[in-house]
Amino acid sequence: MLKIKDLNVSYGQTQVLQEIGLSATEGEFIGIIGPNGSGKTTLLKAITKVLKPTSGTIVIDGTNIEKMGSNEIAKNVAVVSQVVSINFEFTVKDIVLMGRNPYIKSSESVEDINIANDVMEKTNINFLKDRMITQLSGGELQRVIIARALTQTPKILLLDEPTSHLDITNQIEILNLVKKSSTKGMVVIAVMHDLNLAAYYCDKICLLRDGCMISIGTPKQVLTPTNIEVAFNLPIEVMNNDRTNSIYVMPILEPLNEISD
Amino acid sequence: MAKFGKSIIFILVLLLITAIITNTAIGSTNISPLITAKILLARYFFIEPTWTSSQEIIITNIRLPRVLLGGLVGAALSTAGCAMQGLLKNPMADPYIIGMSSGAALGASLAFMLLLPVQILAFIMAIITIFIVYNISVIGGKVPVDTLLLAGIAVGSFLAAITSLIIFLAQSPHQIIFWLMGGLWTANWDKVKITAILVTIGIIMLYRYSWKLNVMLLGEEEAQYLGVNVEHVKQYVLVFSALITAAAVSVSGIIGFVGLIIPHIMRILVGPDHRILFPASTLMGAIFLILTDTFARTIMDSVELPVGVVTAMFGAPFFIYLLRKRRDNLYA
Repeated sequence: MLKIKDLNVSYGQTQVLQEIGLSATEGEFIGIIGPNGSGKTTLLKAITKVLKPTSGTIVIDGTNIEKMGSNEIAKNVAVVSQVVSINFEFTVKDIVLMGRNPYIKSSESVEDINIANDVMEKTNINFLKDRMITQLSGGELQRVIIARALTQTPKILLLDEPTSHLDITNQIEILNLVKKSSTKGMVVIAVMHDLNLAAYYCDKICLLRDGCMISIGTPKQVLTPTNIEVAFNLPIEVMNNDRTNSIYVMPILEPLNEISD
Repeated sequence: MAKFGKSIIFILVLLLITAIITNTAIGSTNISPLITAKILLARYFFIEPTWTSSQEIIITNIRLPRVLLGGLVGAALSTAGCAMQGLLKNPMADPYIIGMSSGAALGASLAFMLLLPVQILAFIMAIITIFIVYNISVIGGKVPVDTLLLAGIAVGSFLAAITSLIIFLAQSPHQIIFWLMGGLWTANWDKVKITAILVTIGIIMLYRYSWKLNVMLLGEEEAQYLGVNVEHVKQYVLVFSALITAAAVSVSGIIGFVGLIIPHIMRILVGPDHRILFPASTLMGAIFLILTDTFARTIMDSVELPVGVVTAMFGAPFFIYLLRKRRDNLYA
């Protein structure tokens, strides 16, 4: 489905990604973790061809993305960006329908409208349909943006910290929604900051530091005290969550009275 | 397109037709709207004349071209303003924002000084200006909006300085100054025809990009993720906005405010969807300029005011009223 090989990306003189290799098969949920500035967002931008790599290849379903136009890429890859703010009074329905853009020449067809309606139904935002996008809460807005991405009917869904500004309930609802899409065959690649949510949701985790991939594998393989110490410079303890059968990561903190000074 | 939007467009079309007929009727010689309508229809159908031939000449040769030119110029400025506001996502954007008015003004000033055709020189200079501004702004195949705006201001100031110099040195500067104030007093059928062709082509081409402009309101990067070729849309929209603005400015001088406020007012009324906003702005721009021009040519007995003065004198207070009435962000 997706194969990234020897990918190098630079901003001018600075190399931001070095020799990244990553492959994903249908239905896989891949988490990308790493400290700020480690190249996570850059990797997503390279996959959508917004950034041109200096070398390396990205292949989607057998086609090198170099040979794809922006429309064709948008039919295959949808993006939910980090910070979204829309200041124009479009209705939720209008915004979701914009996900059909790669298929629309000048005006939407009945099929486009049906697909948008279907996605709104499945993402539980039907009740927001006629509300103005400018009047939604953060959680509602994020749901609409995800619905718009799903309306693109992509094979790959990229999410850049989809939940970092949301409350805990919304974080979990959004990730459940995304997980549901991945179980239907979509590849999900999500940049995540919460290591525990990553451990719970991801089939595979890819750990970046300074543009290099320092570890890739199952959450248990990647989220080890050594790896996290190397990447984040933070000592952690790894525990097992028996209920979810996933691992649980705790930073080792000093008692507060020792840092109060 | 919402049903609501369609009915607004329908109402605006009716208003425009009414405006054309009634405003052709108004003038120093009073001719009733009914007779005016009959004279206009008699151009296409046989109607037993109940009017004098001098009435017919006033209507068809003097007033009608003037009203039509006003409508075309208003439509062009308003549509171009709407396109620029959508493309640049900047509420201050108007058709002149990237220096076109300064270019046209310099062209006109040169023409007055060297006794060359004003319309042609103004048009050419406006187009050259946007070409220069665009090429200054290109960085690695992309045109960042901020750079475009700043380059427009820089080039515009430079050209405005040359225009000022020409005015300062000119033997009879009032011709240039009148032109800069904007007016439709030189309207004739030739101008109507040329402007009609250019403006119609430009407006139709802009309408074709309504949907893409909607998507671009989400932000350039988002639009790119949704498959929009952002740089292509920018180029295309700039070229056709420039074309219709240059066509308008070259026949009417610099009429301010129409291209700024009409799109804002229509955005409040019909929302941000360009598939409705564009035609609504086009029609309202035409209606607004026809009305203000009639006011400009009839309010004083002996003299016609420059319509550019009137549009700002009426437009600005109304716009301020809207700004105050809507407590939230006007552009949102």
